[in-house]
Amino acid sequence: MSVEGWEPVVGLEVHCELKTATKLFCGCRNAFGDEPNTNICPVCLGLPGSLPVLNMKAVEMAMSIGNALHCEVRPSLFHRKNYFYPDMPKDYQISQYDEPINVNGWLELPDGQRVGIVRAHIEEDTGKTSHMGGGGRIHDADRALVDYNRAGVPLVEIVSAPDIRSAAQARRYVEELRAILMALEASDGRMEEGSLRVDANVSVREARTDGLGTRCEIKNVNSLRSLARAIEYETERQVGLLEAGEPVLQQTRHWDEQAQKTVALRSKEEAFDYRYFPEPDLVPVAPDPRWQREVATSLPPMPAERRAKLTALLGAGETTAAQADQVATVVALGLDKLVVEAASSGVDAPLALARTANEAAADAGRALEVDPAAYGALLLMEQEGKLTPTQAKAVLADLFESGGQPQDIARRKGFEALGAENVAATVADVVSAHPEEWQRYCGGEDKLVGFFTGLVMQATDKKASGKEVAAELRRLRG
Amino acid sequence: MSASEIAERVRRGETSAVDVLEEHLRAIEECDGALQAFLTVLGDTARAEAREIDRRVGAGEDPGPLAGVPVAVKDNLCTRGLPTTCASRILEGWLPPYDATVVERLRGAGAVVVGKTNLDEFAMGSSTENSAFGPTHNPHDPRRVPGGSSGGSAASVAAGLVPIALGSDTGGSIRQPSALCGVVGLKPTYGTVSRYGLVAFASSLDQVGPIARTVADAATLFDVIGGHDPRDSTSLERLNPLALARLEEGVDGMRVGVVVELLDGADASVVKRVHEAAEALAAAGANVEECSVPELGYALPAYYLLAPAEASSNLARYDGVRYGLRVDAPSAEAMNGATRAAGFGPEVKRRIMLGTYALSAGYYDAYYGQAQKVRTLIIRAFARAYEHVDVLIGATTPTTAFELGSKVDDPLAMYLSDVCTVPTNLAGHPAITVPFGADDLGLPIGVQLLAPALGETPMFQAAAVIEGAAPAAALPQICASTIGANQTSTRGER
Repeated sequence: MSVEGWEPVVGLEVHCELKTATKLFCGCRNAFGDEPNTNICPVCLGLPGSLPVLNMKAVEMAMSIGNALHCEVRPSLFHRKNYFYPDMPKDYQISQYDEPINVNGWLELPDGQRVGIVRAHIEEDTGKTSHMGGGGRIHDADRALVDYNRAGVPLVEIVSAPDIRSAAQARRYVEELRAILMALEASDGRMEEGSLRVDANVSVREARTDGLGTRCEIKNVNSLRSLARAIEYETERQVGLLEAGEPVLQQTRHWDEQAQKTVALRSKEEAFDYRYFPEPDLVPVAPDPRWQREVATSLPPMPAERRAKLTALLGAGETTAAQADQVATVVALGLDKLVVEAASSGVDAPLALARTANEAAADAGRALEVDPAAYGALLLMEQEGKLTPTQAKAVLADLFESGGQPQDIARRKGFEALGAENVAATVADVVSAHPEEWQRYCGGEDKLVGFFTGLVMQATDKKASGKEVAAELRRLRG
Repeated sequence: MSASEIAERVRRGETSAVDVLEEHLRAIEECDGALQAFLTVLGDTARAEAREIDRRVGAGEDPGPLAGVPVAVKDNLCTRGLPTTCASRILEGWLPPYDATVVERLRGAGAVVVGKTNLDEFAMGSSTENSAFGPTHNPHDPRRVPGGSSGGSAASVAAGLVPIALGSDTGGSIRQPSALCGVVGLKPTYGTVSRYGLVAFASSLDQVGPIARTVADAATLFDVIGGHDPRDSTSLERLNPLALARLEEGVDGMRVGVVVELLDGADASVVKRVHEAAEALAAAGANVEECSVPELGYALPAYYLLAPAEASSNLARYDGVRYGLRVDAPSAEAMNGATRAAGFGPEVKRRIMLGTYALSAGYYDAYYGQAQKVRTLIIRAFARAYEHVDVLIGATTPTTAFELGSKVDDPLAMYLSDVCTVPTNLAGHPAITVPFGADDLGLPIGVQLLAPALGETPMFQAAAVIEGAAPAAALPQICASTIGANQTSTRGER
C-alpha cells in the first residue's frame, strides 16, 4: 500500500520526569529503581488528611524548560484531574489545566525547521502497576501490585503543535527535546526507564492541502525507534481507511511493540470526563520577576549553540554530511565536551569528532563518566602514531570500563606501536622477499599495497600502522 | 472546672494530670452510654500522656497552657496509631501513621487526648445522625439531636465529659452543634488553623476550631492550635494577636451590626435572644445598628454546589486499594464500586453524586462556575458591610435542637439548619457562637458573632461581653459531676 499523495500531521506530547531530589508535593526521594514502596509518605500515598506542598525546585526546572523552548513563562494554577485508577493514590491527578506555567514557544530542529510548543505544564506522576500471575497481562493476571515510589514524581508535559510531517522528523524532534532537557539537567532522558515518555497525535491529509484530518492518539511508545514505527504504521492505516472510503475514528490507540501495530484502546465517546476544577489545597504559582529573570539568564548552552561550536572546530572548510551527522549525534548524547577537550589538547577536530560519534557514542553511558583529559590524551597518542587505530580502540574500551591513564593501559596491553625506523626496516624486508610483486606494484598495480601491508602486519604482530606502511611503500616506489 | 483552671492547678502542682484524667474518664463512663458522644475512648494512651505531664511538672518544667487538660478530638482528625473513622464504614480498620498538626499542637501545649468523638459521616450533616455508628444525643434532651457534624465534640463538652474539644466547620459544623448544646464554638478565619491531618470534606471551606464551655477556654484553645504550618499550603502566617491576651478589653466604641438576614425565618425565641445579646453589647458601650446583607440568601444554594463538588473529588481516594474497607470483586473497577457502595452512607453518596454532577462537562459553568461567582458576590457583600461595622451579630441556628429522626428523610430541611452559618465559610471569615439563654423548653440558644478575615480579636471581645450578660443556664439533663453547680454560678458572676 502506498502513502504517496498523503502526508501525516503529527503533534507530540512528551512527559518528562524532572530530576529533582524530592517529589513534587512531599519530601520523599525521587529515584528510579529503588525497592518498591520505600519512597512513600502520607502525602504521596494520598492518605486521608494529607496535603500537598509544592516543590519550588520543580517550578524552577519547569521555568527553565519554558525559557529553553522560547515559551511565555506565566503565573499558573493547579487543577485536579479526576479519574479512578488504582495506581493513582488520590484518584485525581494534580495537574495544570487552563493556566499552565509555559505557553506559546518553539523548538528548532538541527535542520532549521521550527516546531511550535503549545504548552509545557507541571503535573504529578502516578504509581506503577505490575500485573502478576496468570497470563501476566492486564486482562488475565491473577493480581496487580502497585509501586507508589513513582507517585508524585514531578513531570513536565510538553505539548507540540501539529507541525511535524514525518516519522523521521518526529524522531528528530524528540532527540532535540531530549538533548535540551538533558542540557538543563532537568531530565536524564532515559526513555527505556520511562523518564521520558512520548504520546503521538497522528492524522493524515492529502499532500499540499491545509485541512486537518481526524486524529488518533498513540500511547505506549517506549523508544525513538517505536515512535517512528508507530507513526509510519498509523499513517499507513489511516491512509488505507481513507483510500477505501472509510472514515478515521477519533480514538486513543495503543502501540503493540510485539505485533508492531496500533490497536484501539478507547473511542472519543468513551473518553473520560476529568471534571477539572482548581486544586483548593494549593495556592496559585506566581514566581516573582527577579526569580524569573535569574532562571532565564542562567540557562546553560543549548544544543544548537553547542553544535555550532563543534562545527566551528572543524574549520573553515565545508562540513561533510557525515560530519554534520556526527556533530548532531555527539551533542544529542551530551558528549561534546569530550570533542572540545580533545581538540584543545591538540587532537585534530575531525578525528576527535569521529571517535566520539562512533566509539564513545556506542558506549554513551560510560563515555559521559570518562575523564575528558584522559580521553584527549588517548586520541593524541593515536594521532601521533604511538597507537594504531585498532589499538587505540582497545585502549578506549578499557578506559571506559575502568578508567585510568591511556599510557598505562597501552603499556599493560603491550601496545607499543613500532617506531618509524622499524616500520621502514620491516617494509624493506618484505619488499626484498617478494621482488615479483614489487615489480608489479612499481608498474602501477596499486592494490598490492594490501598484500604488502598484510605481510608487514604479520611480521610485526599488528603493531604497525597501516597508514604508515602505505606511506613507506609509496616512498620506496619514488 | 474550666480548661484554664485545670491547667493552672496542674502547673502549680495543686492537682495531678492523672487525677484530672481519671475524673473525666469516670464522667465518660458514667454518661456516655446515654450520650454516645465518643467513638473511641483512649484510656491507656491518655493515662501515659497524663503521667508524662505530671513527671514534667514534678521536674520543674512547664508543660504548657493546657497542662493536663483532657481534650476530645473529632474523629475526622488523624491520630497516629489510633482509629480515625470519620464515622464511616469505609475507613474500617485504618490507623493513621501520623498525627494531625492540631493534635501535635494540643500535646505540645500539655493537653491529654482522651478520645475521638462522633460526627456525621465525613462531617456531612447537621445532626450527627449520619454517623455509621449511630447518633449522639443532646445532653439537654436525649430525645433531641446535638446538631452536627461535630455533635460528639459539642455534646461531650456540654455534658462535662471534657472541658474542651476540637471540631471542624465546613458550613457550620462547629457552631451549629455548639449552639444546640449550649457551648461556645469558634470557626476561625480560613488559613489560621492548619488542615494537615483533618480528613478533607470540602478543602476550601474546612477549618478546625475549638469547642468550650467558656469564651476564654475557646480563646486559649484557638491560640494553641493556630499559627502557620508549612505542611498546609493554605496556612497563613500568624497575623492576628493571640485571642486570650486581649479578651477582656471590652467593646466600648465597637461598631456592631445586627444582620436581618441572619434572623429571617428564625424562631421567635431565637430572635429575641439575639436582640438581648445586642442590647448587652450596647450597654457595654458598643454602637449597635441594624444592617442588611441581602446576598447572604444566595449562600446556601452556592454552598450545596461547592462543598459537594470538592467532596466528590476528596472522597474519590476511598477506593479499597490502599486502606480501609475492601469488598472483593473480579476486577479493580468492580471492587472499587462494591467497596464504595458498601462503605459510604446515603448522605455521603448523595453529596458525591451532586458534586460529580456539578463538575461534569456541560454543567460546570451552570453549577460550579456559577456558585464560585456567588461566593465572590458574598465576599464583596461582607466587605461592604464591614466598611460600617466591626462585627456582625445574628442567630447561629434558626431553631433550637430538633428531635432525633425528625429531618432524616428530608435532606433539604436538614440543609436549612445551616442557613445562618454557611456564609462565613464561603467568605473564609471567622464566626463564633456563644450560648445565650434558652427557649421555653429549656433548650439552649446560641448567638453568632461574625467578623472579617483575621478579625478574631474584636469578635472574641464581643463574645466575652455577651457571655458575661447571658442568663444563667440550666445544667444539661445528662451531665457529669465535673461541672455540677459550679458552671451555673460561674456564668452568673460574669
